[in-house]
Amino acid sequence: MLALVIDTSSAAVTAGVVDCAVDTAQGGPRVLSEQVIVNARGHGERLAPLIRQALAEAGAGMIDLTAVIAGVGPGPFTGLRVGLVTAAAISDARGIPAYDVCSLDAIAAGTVEPRRLLVATDARRREVYWARYVAGRRVGEPAVAKPADLPGEAEELADAMVGAGARLYADLLRLPLLDDVDHDYPAVRGLGLLAADRVRSGAPTEPLTPLYLRRPDAVEPVASKTVSQ
Amino acid sequence: MSPMASEALVLGIETSCDETGIGIVRGSTLLADAVASSVAEHARYGGVVPEVASRAHLQAMVPTVHRACEQAGVQLSDVDAIAVTAGPGLAGALLVGVAAAKAYALALDKPLYGVNHLSAHVSVDLLENGPLEEACVALLVSGGHSSILRVPRVGGLELTELGATLDDAAGEAFDKVARLLGLGFPGGPLIDRAARDGDPASIAFPRGLSGASDPAFAFSFSGLKTAVARWVEARQRAGEPVPVNDVAASFQEAVVDVLTIKAVRAAREQGVDHLLLGGGVAANSRLRELAAERCAREGIRLRVPRPGLCTDNGAMVAALGAQLVQHGAPPSALDIPADSSMPIADVLM
Repeated sequence: MLALVIDTSSAAVTAGVVDCAVDTAQGGPRVLSEQVIVNARGHGERLAPLIRQALAEAGAGMIDLTAVIAGVGPGPFTGLRVGLVTAAAISDARGIPAYDVCSLDAIAAGTVEPRRLLVATDARRREVYWARYVAGRRVGEPAVAKPADLPGEAEELADAMVGAGARLYADLLRLPLLDDVDHDYPAVRGLGLLAADRVRSGAPTEPLTPLYLRRPDAVEPVASKTVSQ
Repeated sequence: MSPMASEALVLGIETSCDETGIGIVRGSTLLADAVASSVAEHARYGGVVPEVASRAHLQAMVPTVHRACEQAGVQLSDVDAIAVTAGPGLAGALLVGVAAAKAYALALDKPLYGVNHLSAHVSVDLLENGPLEEACVALLVSGGHSSILRVPRVGGLELTELGATLDDAAGEAFDKVARLLGLGFPGGPLIDRAARDGDPASIAFPRGLSGASDPAFAFSFSGLKTAVARWVEARQRAGEPVPVNDVAASFQEAVVDVLTIKAVRAAREQGVDHLLLGGGVAANSRLRELAAERCAREGIRLRVPRPGLCTDNGAMVAALGAQLVQHGAPPSALDIPADSSMPIADVLM
């Protein structure tokens, strides 16, 4: 019961294959392959070859896939869309369901967590995408904010923090950083874990709606300038 | 094998601007042309907003592919190759189509062809007017480009630019003048409509780069746009009403006059018998009319697709892809980029 896993919500381009029929001792499906390239501008060029490599490493072909699992962000728009349109097209072409996972949840799920965890990723423009987790459950919706504008005092928010955004703004966020670079980006295990039940039960396919959290930069024009002097 | 069965079935994907276009062709036969446009979402901004367009492409991609397959009566698994616009165009918008094309190619185990948007605009003519077994000259006019090309073979890998606009594209000038006249966005069809009730000879707007010493096949529309703005502002300052239809007709006449004179001259100088029109501005009714008149006078055959195939669509991408397959062009690699400034002479990535 193999699923292709894709996440392009961060500077990492990630593709892997999980076997959802097998639950490992650590919990979650068995990771058969995981290919990661950190290249914030490389999603469009790197993802498709990476998927091919991930399948080869897992000894699998497209025909062996039961589902596609995609991290739906939040993340920088252009890269995020590459992963989502790729997942949607593969799901369509193979006639297999696609399942979404919030990319911040995947980071949290990949962490041996403290009771209260802050996950923060790099949203560019000196902001982070963030969410809070208590006992493994997300509290509220993911949001985007300047690191200094997160609500409440640091110690009220969480016991520790994780993610590339947490690392980047450690001085502003002032929480103990889970200092393992493997947790900076959503990983195949966390993504697979959060969708494995849906893969196993053959749940209906999902629309893979991106979590943009920002409106497009666009302003309505004001009256045009005159050209005559 | 019958000739029909040996012709490649190609799915074409176009996302270089605000239309998500999916086309399916077999050889040079059009089977499906499905377009989802985000133009209404851009209208209030007075122009295409790249991020709005990119978001719309992502949403529209799979449903539009389905619509095309239904129209064509084919299954995705029947497709022999995937062609996609790799450039030029809006970077973020192109990337959605390129990523989708790679994914379909990978998942269906079919070759990928990353093609040039401009060459696709030229190639779409094959679907309507059939194969052309000789060189021709093409006038390619759209919101982003205005060029005169020598095309040794429509759908081939070679193409030479004889001249291009030095500033605004023709379609861009239509948008700017439409905004100036308060007609709205996109300007092309609105000016075309207003011009039908106007007098094209009422105002003598300048014909850019038409002097004896000017480059023969280059265009300039920026000065024309400014001349229209000055004329309109002078009227407004004098407290007189602006004759919108006359301005639209006179402006349109200035654009299509220069375009057709230069294109016909290029065809004559190149010694070709055919002039081909392509691109969104080729949907303009006056351009089509005047080109037909001038070609007839010079004994040149005009080839122009119906308006729906002149604007951006996936069928043109599929049409070019099918030609490349048929002539054994090497497929693109899975790591090709989307190139927002892909040179016009590069037909295939």
